[in-house]
Amino acid sequence: MSAMKALVCVKRVIDYNVKPRVKADGTGVELANVKMSMNPFDEIAVEEAIRLKEKGVVSEVVAVSVGPAKAADTLRTALAMGADRAILVQSDEDVEPLGVAKIVAAIAGEEQPGLIITGKQAIDDDSNQVGQMVAALLGRPQGTFANEVSVEGDQLTVKREIDGGLETVKLALPAVVTTDLRLNEPRYASLPNIMKAKSKPLATKTAADLGVDVSPRLKTLKVAEPPVRAAGVKVADVDALVAKLKELGVA
Amino acid sequence: MGKVLLWVEHDGAAIKDATLSAVTAAAQLGDVVALVAGEGVDGVAAAAAQIAGVSAVLKADDAAYAHALAENVAPLVAALMADYDAFVAPATTTGKNVAPRVAALLDVAQVSDILSVEGPKTFTRPIYAGNAIATVESGDAKLVVTVRATAFAKADATGGSASVDAVSGAGDAGLSSFVGSEIAKSERPELTSAKVIVSGGRALKDAETFAATITPLADKLGAAIGASRAAVDAGYVPNDYQVGQTGKIVAPQVYVAVGISGAIQHLAGMKDSKTIIAINKDEDAPIFQVADVGLVADLFTAVPELVGKL
Repeated sequence: MSAMKALVCVKRVIDYNVKPRVKADGTGVELANVKMSMNPFDEIAVEEAIRLKEKGVVSEVVAVSVGPAKAADTLRTALAMGADRAILVQSDEDVEPLGVAKIVAAIAGEEQPGLIITGKQAIDDDSNQVGQMVAALLGRPQGTFANEVSVEGDQLTVKREIDGGLETVKLALPAVVTTDLRLNEPRYASLPNIMKAKSKPLATKTAADLGVDVSPRLKTLKVAEPPVRAAGVKVADVDALVAKLKELGVA
Repeated sequence: MGKVLLWVEHDGAAIKDATLSAVTAAAQLGDVVALVAGEGVDGVAAAAAQIAGVSAVLKADDAAYAHALAENVAPLVAALMADYDAFVAPATTTGKNVAPRVAALLDVAQVSDILSVEGPKTFTRPIYAGNAIATVESGDAKLVVTVRATAFAKADATGGSASVDAVSGAGDAGLSSFVGSEIAKSERPELTSAKVIVSGGRALKDAETFAATITPLADKLGAAIGASRAAVDAGYVPNDYQVGQTGKIVAPQVYVAVGISGAIQHLAGMKDSKTIIAINKDEDAPIFQVADVGLVADLFTAVPELVGKL
């Protein structure tokens, strides 16, 4: 297979280091004045696509995001890392994973990428669905939770992180990959590249432009704080700890 | 009450414990029919028929289903779903791989990683690494749900006597093939079902120090060994040791955190443990906010001393 296009999906989420606060009215999590960043798994996805381009396996990296106008910032980050162009599918309402997958599948119909790479899950809703759903909608194979990816001809080999260890599968291209933590370590965008990213193409569309219905299927009835653990005790020394373990019946 | 198709997770020989928790969740939605897909799975199907709460077993025996490749098993499940109201799978790496593919084939919005069943189509699930719990109601005609095993009691593995019927599907989709796996062989209990877990963090320095420090304590306590993401990323232990938001979710009787500071992503994976014990030299480490018993000490002196006194 000659060099192929890669489509990378990125999501704007609450920054990894920020502790989310549940809104007092129980309708969701406070997003106003909270630092937002690219979903960490999606950074890994962007990095992998760029590395494949650097190896000559991928010819062009197209970043896609579904979200509010502000998600353009997240796409600019992807462009600064090294993506070639970006597509924002703008929506002020939350789009559920199935809706996002339909949008990505529609864009894939236009762009015909050889590879679609997404993070395995977004750290806001923790759904872990989009990549698998895109693969299903396109009838393509899926290499989820990727730890290592390599392309030989029209075959993609993916080493996957599974519960007991690692598993290797061979997939026919075009294919979908979702990234796990150990796939790579994403680069930081350099200042010159951040400047350059400002002039890279960023197209804005809507789900309706793509003919996709993203009406929600799930209704969030309530968002609440998790139960809080009661504060424990600190013991003075190892002897006291041994006594506690004996009390618990494990020693 | 509806009809529920349950994904039985197995390794070709034995049923994984997470399946038993998924049975408990599935039973709250309706009549549970267990699907055993694989190659040469008569034994697994017979074991599934024994699970209390399973009313029937469907056995799909085909080489194409041997490694639960999503490309092959999702169409099988989606076709069977014509006769069911819900598909329920444990939120293991296999369940997480297969269920969304099934959901998309059925045009259903999946509800991932449920913590409880609140109504016929209403569930609670963790979001933001468990820092918030959402109650969601599905508006779809059919349900696709994955189950957080630690949130549901395990169904009894015996006591049932369901019938086993063979089913077949389209087989190999021709999109993917299994090449091999590297599964760690261990005499220790499995991390997600262990009663006691000893976990180590970045403070363990390197792989040798991790092994030399954590292993003797785990041996004394008959514990499984876990790790924080920092320890896994640093290469002290393999990836399948990772406890946390994106790793394994555990809830043992006793969780011993050694040299783990307690990032929210790690706490997300273990804060439902019955008792948490933390050993850390930093008395302000966030792990102490969730620990029932804390010892502020240098782990390199405290852990060997503890091993000696147990």
